[in-house]
Amino acid sequence: MSSTSPSTTTPETGTARVKRGMAEQLKGGVIMDVVTPEEAKIAEDAGAVAVMALERVPADIRKDGGVARMSDPDMIDGIINAVSIPVMAKSRIGHFVEAQVLQSLGVDYIDESEVLTPADEVNHSDKWAFTTPFVCGATNLGEALRRIAEGAAMIRSKGEAGTGNVVEAVRHLRQIKGEIARLRGYDNNELYAAAKELRAPYELVKEVAELGKLPVVLFSAGGVATPADAALMRQLGAEGVFVGSGIFKSGDPAKRAAAIVKATTFYDDPSVIADVSRNLGEAMVGINCDTLPESERYANRGW
Amino acid sequence: MSTADSPVIGVLALQGDVREHLIALAAADAVARPVRRPGELDGLDGLVIPGGESTTMSKLAVAFGMLEPLRERVRAGLPVYGTCAGMIMVADKLLGGREDQETLGGIDMIVRRNAFGRQNESFEASVEVSGIEGGPVEGVFIRAPWVESVGAAAEVLATYDGHTVAVRQGNVLATSFHPELTGDHRVHALFVEMARDHARAELAPGGRGACVTAA
Repeated sequence: MSSTSPSTTTPETGTARVKRGMAEQLKGGVIMDVVTPEEAKIAEDAGAVAVMALERVPADIRKDGGVARMSDPDMIDGIINAVSIPVMAKSRIGHFVEAQVLQSLGVDYIDESEVLTPADEVNHSDKWAFTTPFVCGATNLGEALRRIAEGAAMIRSKGEAGTGNVVEAVRHLRQIKGEIARLRGYDNNELYAAAKELRAPYELVKEVAELGKLPVVLFSAGGVATPADAALMRQLGAEGVFVGSGIFKSGDPAKRAAAIVKATTFYDDPSVIADVSRNLGEAMVGINCDTLPESERYANRGW
Repeated sequence: MSTADSPVIGVLALQGDVREHLIALAAADAVARPVRRPGELDGLDGLVIPGGESTTMSKLAVAFGMLEPLRERVRAGLPVYGTCAGMIMVADKLLGGREDQETLGGIDMIVRRNAFGRQNESFEASVEVSGIEGGPVEGVFIRAPWVESVGAAAEVLATYDGHTVAVRQGNVLATSFHPELTGDHRVHALFVEMARDHARAELAPGGRGACVTAA
């Protein structure tokens, strides 16, 4: 065969395709909250596709109260150096300077997260301005599309973080999938009104109606505590799951983490889910979401 | 049932961008299906190992008894195409990996994981690929590996910035980049052609398929 000629074009970084494409590589996987390099290694050993580096898991943020902020850069560096898999970190909603700091630290994804205390009650960060891609939470399709319009390259249904209760995760994912299914049935005339109702750009609404899915990867988050929870979210249409407090607030984190990874891949095979669910030890205790005061619901943060 | 015209190509569906490969293979006239279990490898004319997280894929392959069956298929000459994490999986040796990371092997090469850097360094660039007609392909490199060195039997198909990013050895093909994310299906068409050739050889008189039928 002929010899190859080296390419000389200038590389383009931070393109939408590179940002969204990164999330495509995470599909079918589990992203785990970790607070130390040791936990990050346990997550990697268990087969996590990425870790979320943060100072306190959501269950502890709930318990401790006060303002929750971006993590200490030293702590994030420690986790980046400990593992070979991608590392994500959280900024407060609208706190674009925290996001700038996370980008300069070289994290692989920024989660503009309702789990931290919002810094702006009107505006989210302009995510197009960054090379580092963003994932954002959403409780419904309109919210997801507003985040995508701001430049989010991945969406996660919010659920209710730090509760160990999957009910809100199910509610939000069903809401998003249901609204997408409804759009599929609309004709062109109806899409303009749908965009107004969803408070989302018409072009994105039209794209979703045509694709039958979001134009970016959709994961589920907020309340997954067991292998069966993870498989439930996958069967409901999530392309992967975030597990926050559910792993490292349980009795045997390494075993539970590996079990959730396996159940996420074989989400449609009850015999595998049964096998990996045996003798996992204590699950995190969990909180009943209907007794949670409105002011303590993280899912209400973001607009 | 495979025919030589529409080879059946599996996509390893333990984790990663499986859907995009299924779409690209179908567009290149293959019958594409996801495979997660050893039994599902039967009847395949080719196998794609998608992009994803190679440590996760490798661990799941071990846990669900896929590693040895996959290695056997590679040794037996089944056409295999790996992109990004898939390139790592078909490398005989790794650098920058975890010491316990298992690969299938198949290409005598040393691959460096995340060689082009972290996500902020992920990029798009045009890449000339030997054997692909019609101009360069759009290379999407995401936390991409590169090939540090290849053995005598491996053929370098593309380089970028002085680094080897596409290699073929016999029936095994590997790229650092992700053609499945671009809508340009020429690299998949090249692989489907490899699978088609393999299927024809198996069906031909004296081919392995023919022997089994005769016995």
